[in-house]
This record gives sequence, structure tokens and C-alpha cells, in this order.
Amino acid sequence: MKKRVGVLALQGAFREHRQVLEKLGCDVVEVRKTSDLDGIQGLIIPGGESTTIGKLLRIDEMGDKIKELGAKDMPIFGTCAGMILLSKTIVDSEQYSLNLMDTVVERNAFGRQIASFETDLQVPALGVNPLRAVFIRAPYLKEVAPNVGILAEYNGKIVFVRQGNLLASAFHPELTSDHRVHQYFLKMIDEH
Amino acid sequence: MTDIGSFKVKTGLAEMLKGGVIMDVTTPEQAIIAEEAGACAVMALERVPSDIRAEGGVARMADPSIVQSIMAVVSIPVMAKARIGHFVEARILEALGADYIDESEVLTPADDSYHINKHDFKVPFVCGCRNLGEALRRIGEGAAMIRTKGEPGTGNVIEAVRHMRTVMSEIRALTLTPKEELMSAAKNMGAPYDLVLYVAEHGKLPVVNFAAGGIATPADAALMMHLGVDGIFVGSGIFKSGDPKARAKAIVMATTHYKDAKLLAEISKDLGQPMSGIEISTLTESQRMQERGW
Repeated sequence: MKKRVGVLALQGAFREHRQVLEKLGCDVVEVRKTSDLDGIQGLIIPGGESTTIGKLLRIDEMGDKIKELGAKDMPIFGTCAGMILLSKTIVDSEQYSLNLMDTVVERNAFGRQIASFETDLQVPALGVNPLRAVFIRAPYLKEVAPNVGILAEYNGKIVFVRQGNLLASAFHPELTSDHRVHQYFLKMIDEH
Repeated sequence: MTDIGSFKVKTGLAEMLKGGVIMDVTTPEQAIIAEEAGACAVMALERVPSDIRAEGGVARMADPSIVQSIMAVVSIPVMAKARIGHFVEARILEALGADYIDESEVLTPADDSYHINKHDFKVPFVCGCRNLGEALRRIGEGAAMIRTKGEPGTGNVIEAVRHMRTVMSEIRALTLTPKEELMSAAKNMGAPYDLVLYVAEHGKLPVVNFAAGGIATPADAALMMHLGVDGIFVGSGIFKSGDPKARAKAIVMATTHYKDAKLLAEISKDLGQPMSGIEISTLTESQRMQERGW
């Protein structure tokens, strides 16, 4: 049976996640309102502007429902803005957070757009071939709790982690044709 | 290998802005209101288009201190406008650390023959278009994002609608054109052949496309989203209206929930006066900003 995976579609690069998931054989739901969360087996929170998405999440208590699903072990994967929204602590900011991961995130940590970059990243959990990773005004994690597994670092900065049913990357696997990160997330749904 | 400022990271930022609203702001206070309302980026400038239109004279890049003071108070991307062809204004904005440059017909053009060679820059550019040929010429020069020109500072959405409908119908036509006719199509629309091939094959532009030029209400924003744009620029429409805070928030919500008419009805209530508009036919040709650039 096809996996039913939600992509939060309030703002940002949700279309690209949708396309990758469809290529990998999933039934994709674009989540715009709270009732769209019913019946999904996993959720992706895409890149975009975390402040914008955070404000839209407060409407209709959609954020609370996602928190509840995350706490009940539904797999959730956040990329870039998604990583920010999942983190319990956001450095120098009082913006909205889903408060799910025991991580401290710094926004725009690599600098403004002029410093955005792509690079080859070593991710042992995905095999020996490096992963082409696109970082756009990207965050990184300054600190993580011991229960958070580090999947990749770039120049000593933590950029890819897993905490149980929660996965977060500072980069954008939806913008490249290498789908190993999404496959990894779908495996988390299988194991759930 | 690490690559800074590649075309992928330039177009990538535009991908992240999709489904969002980019608001014109002229002061740090306005920038904070925009961010609070949920803008996905702000455009820093000295005067909004309707004031440029009213006051006349030469409109130039904003004073760098305005751009910097806005960059200092918001965490969302800050864009800024350079005159068409004015690559030195663009270099200055790049040096300031602006996140995107709009090579914009809202400002007085600096060059009546040539646009900026945008491949030369690490900072990404957005450019306006009225049709597919114009969009592909700008992308050929290195633009990483496109927007409709519309007719800025009028609060009248008709030109943005016209430009978007034109682009979309020209894209649809290309997807139905046999391959041997595509070179001729490229010649007729004055567009690079490789980009015409891309559009014919994929049925879409190779970069993100926003609406701009005349959007004044949540319904305007939702209309443009229905026509297939990826997101919305609002220029004079917010801070020239009666209640900028409420209107900004409503336009953000309308852009996300553009298909939900019931919700649109709710969020369109009690927003105060919209900006006063201008009927396009009352503008002389020299007052039409969309004719600037080629």
C-alpha cells in the first residue's frame, strides 16, 4: 500500500518535496489546514521563511496538532525552516516553535544570501558517496542533547540530525536529484 | 567542492519564497510591521511606486543607510532595487549584503539598450516581464527569479493579470509546438533557444515567477495565485492603505489560502481603505513604467 505523507504547504518549497515523494511512490497530501493532517503517516516541514510559516501555523491551532502528532511518535522531517520550527530553542528569537527537538538552532547562521552555498557532504548513514547539499541562508545547530543523533556536520557545524521519530536538515535535499534523504525518512515511516 | 553563489543557490532562495508575500518598505518601522504580518521578504526602497509616480523626477537606488537600517531590524531576506542597466548600483547593493536585487522598471532606467549582466554577480536578481520572450531574455542574462511587471503604483491589477495570462498562454503554446518549429518560435519571441527548449519540454519557466504591479487587496493576491504565480509582491498596496498592519496580514493569509473562498471572505473584512487606484487608460505612455526595459 502507498504511504500517505503530508507536506506542510503554508509557504515555501513544498512543491519540490511533493515531487520527490511522488517519484518515490508516495500518496502526498498538501497540508494547509488542521483537518489535512488526518490519516497521514508522516509529515515534511519544508524550507521557506520560518517566521512566516510559524505565524500561519498558529491559525486554527494547526501547530498544536502537529506537536501532538510528533509527541505521539509520528515521523516528522524538517528542512531548513523546518529544522528551525522543530527546535526547542531558537537563538536570539522569540518566534514560534513546535518545541519538539532538543536542539538549539541559530538562524541564518552561515550568513546572508551572499554566503549561500552548495557542497559535498559526508553522511555515513546514507552510504559512502557524498551527498550534494544546498544551503540557503541556512541555520545550523549550536547544541544538541545527548538523545539527538548527529548524521552530518559541515566544517564542524551540525547540519543533519535525528531524534527518534524526528529528522532535521539545515540543507535542502528537495532541490537536488539525489533522493537518499527522503528514502531515509520513508524508512523511518516504515519502521514506525 | 563548495560553490558559493551558484545559480542553484540563487534560484533556491526564490524557491523558498514561494507561496509568500514580499512587501515594499521604506523605513525600519515598516519592515518590522511587514515581518510581524508574515511577509517572507521585504523590498527596501526610498519611495513606494505610487509616490514615485506622484512626485516625478529621477528615481534611483535607495540610500544605502536605508537598506542597512532595514537589514538590521528583520531576520527575513531584504531585497533592494537597482535601475535597469545600472550595474554599479547593483554592485553597491551586493556589497551591502542585500539578499536579492530587483533590476526594476519602477526606478528610472540608467540604460535604454542593455540590462545588467546578472551572471557576473554572486547576489541573485529578480526582473520584470510582460511576456514569455521578455522573461526568457532576463533569465538568459542571469535573472534567478521573474515577476510580472504589471503597472506599479496604480493599485490596479489589470496589467499584472494581462502579463501573467500572456506568459502562461505562451508557455502552453510552446508545449504543443513541434520541435522543428521551436527555433522559429525562439526567433519570433526574441528568446534564447535553449530556454525555449526548456519551457517546451517542462511546461514552466526554469525559475520562480511572482506577481507584481497593482496588487492592492487579499482578493487581488488570491486571483494572481489562481493564475499560476508562485507568490506575490505588494508595493504601494500596503503602506498606502488605511490600515497597513491588518491589510498586510490579510494578504499573507490570502496568498496561502487562495483557494478557500470562505476564508477569503473572512479575511477581507474590515481592512479599512485600500490605496486609491488609477485607471490605466488615464496614464500617458511616458507614465507607464511597464514600457521601461525590453
